[in-house]
Amino acid sequence: MSEQAVVSLRNVTKSFGAGGVTALQSIDLDVRPGEFVSLIGPSGCGKSTLLRVVGDLVEPSSGEVIVNGKSARQARRDRDYGIVFQDAVLYDWRTVEKNIALPLELLGWDKGRQTERVRELLELVELQGFGSHRPWQLSGGMQQRVSIARALSFAPALLLMDEPFGALDEMTRERLNSELLRIWQASGSTVIFVTHSISEAVFLSTRTVVMSRRPGRIAAIVDVDLAQPRNADTREEPRFFELVTEVRDRLREGGLDEESTAPGEGELVVSEETP
Amino acid sequence: MRSRLRRAAREWLPAALVFVAGIAIWEGAVRGFGIENFLLPAPWDIIGTLVDDWGELSSAAFFTFREALAGFVIGCSAGFLVAAAIARFRLLRTAIMPYAIAAGAIPIIAFAPITNNWFGVTGMSSKIAIAAILCFFPMLVNTMKGLTSVPASSIELMRSYAASELTIFRRVRVPTSLPYVFAGLKVGTVLAMIGAIVGDYFGGSPGALGVEIRRWVGIFAFDQAWAGIVLASALGIVFYGSVAVAERLAMGWHPSVRGARPE
Repeated sequence: MSEQAVVSLRNVTKSFGAGGVTALQSIDLDVRPGEFVSLIGPSGCGKSTLLRVVGDLVEPSSGEVIVNGKSARQARRDRDYGIVFQDAVLYDWRTVEKNIALPLELLGWDKGRQTERVRELLELVELQGFGSHRPWQLSGGMQQRVSIARALSFAPALLLMDEPFGALDEMTRERLNSELLRIWQASGSTVIFVTHSISEAVFLSTRTVVMSRRPGRIAAIVDVDLAQPRNADTREEPRFFELVTEVRDRLREGGLDEESTAPGEGELVVSEETP
Repeated sequence: MRSRLRRAAREWLPAALVFVAGIAIWEGAVRGFGIENFLLPAPWDIIGTLVDDWGELSSAAFFTFREALAGFVIGCSAGFLVAAAIARFRLLRTAIMPYAIAAGAIPIIAFAPITNNWFGVTGMSSKIAIAAILCFFPMLVNTMKGLTSVPASSIELMRSYAASELTIFRRVRVPTSLPYVFAGLKVGTVLAMIGAIVGDYFGGSPGALGVEIRRWVGIFAFDQAWAGIVLASALGIVFYGSVAVAERLAMGWHPSVRGARPE
């Protein structure tokens, strides 16, 4: 199975500093092509670190990280993935178009092809007519759509997303969730998605990886067998609520696992809403 | 068009009125209280001297301005380059930054007689040196702050595209640092003018503004001395203004330059 896996993690551990905090401990995970995998867990459980390990932005202390059949470092050098952060990370000195085209410039695409691709992407994220705007002229939700368009611009097989909708209000978040699913299905890419919203994880993913409190470990993996394509009605299905409950239970078990935690604290750490 | 004019008027009129009122009070006070010329000449007399002695005054002012400009270019370039090197190499930063910050507290102008010994009293180079040293430290500290205040995620994004350090420097660090760089440059314009004129005071070539101001005071030509000071201030303001205009041109994208959201 690891032959065809897009991302394959073997016994990955990450500690910060000499004898310092262990952020990740013995992580084993395979992500198959076309999957949408969510990483969920309490704050400080290392889910963002895990995402950065996959992207070779953080080096693991030990263990093996294989992306697209090669080392994470080589995958990054080959620009095998696109990344979206919690804040949109748009450069104010570039227009929306130029922000989307940034990776294409670095890849040396010619101008005509860039313009054509940017036009497609603006359409995909429904921002036609905003190409020549400056990032700070857009709302938070629109900025995040630009950031997603930029990550998709060079059609990477893998998309890494670090709480991309964490700073947005609930209504914008739900709308962008639906948009993201549409984009994911259209592009056929593999997504690893970090979140601390249980309902978001269940709504979006094909599998939800539940992580325990520090040191970050995989507490459980919940298969999300909701039918595709998903839409607003999906959130009303009994199966949706069953899965939300299951993920919440797994999170509680993971939280109480922590030896240094006072009893019950784990239950308070994660709520369904944005903190 | 008319509304733009009106907006411009509303923005500039108060300051213009204060200026005119200030000059009028000055003129009135000098005449009314019979203030001695060596204490404070009347504005009208200063203006008269500016017109009468324009040739001598402007050539002196321009001479000193050239000293200031050369010092500004050398000092700011050096400040920027050293900041770029320090920002890149952590070891250099920890080794040099404490001294750079401490050096900012040294009254460099006290060195003016010394630089005269080093670079020659009569030439331009000793004044250029003073102006350059004065510009160097604020430029270094500001640029340094700008280059290292880039958000971590901005760098991570570029690294995810396997961008080289040089690409990150050119495409992210430099644009992010521009507001700081221009703050350093603007401080530099003022310091360069001060450095050049004070350098002149400790000896310089005849025809330099600082030398001339001292000479005029010595021969009780206070109208000329004041006209020289006014001209030096005007040049300083123009110098500062040109950098401010360059800032607007270079950072037209910046929210602080463009104002609030259009919606």
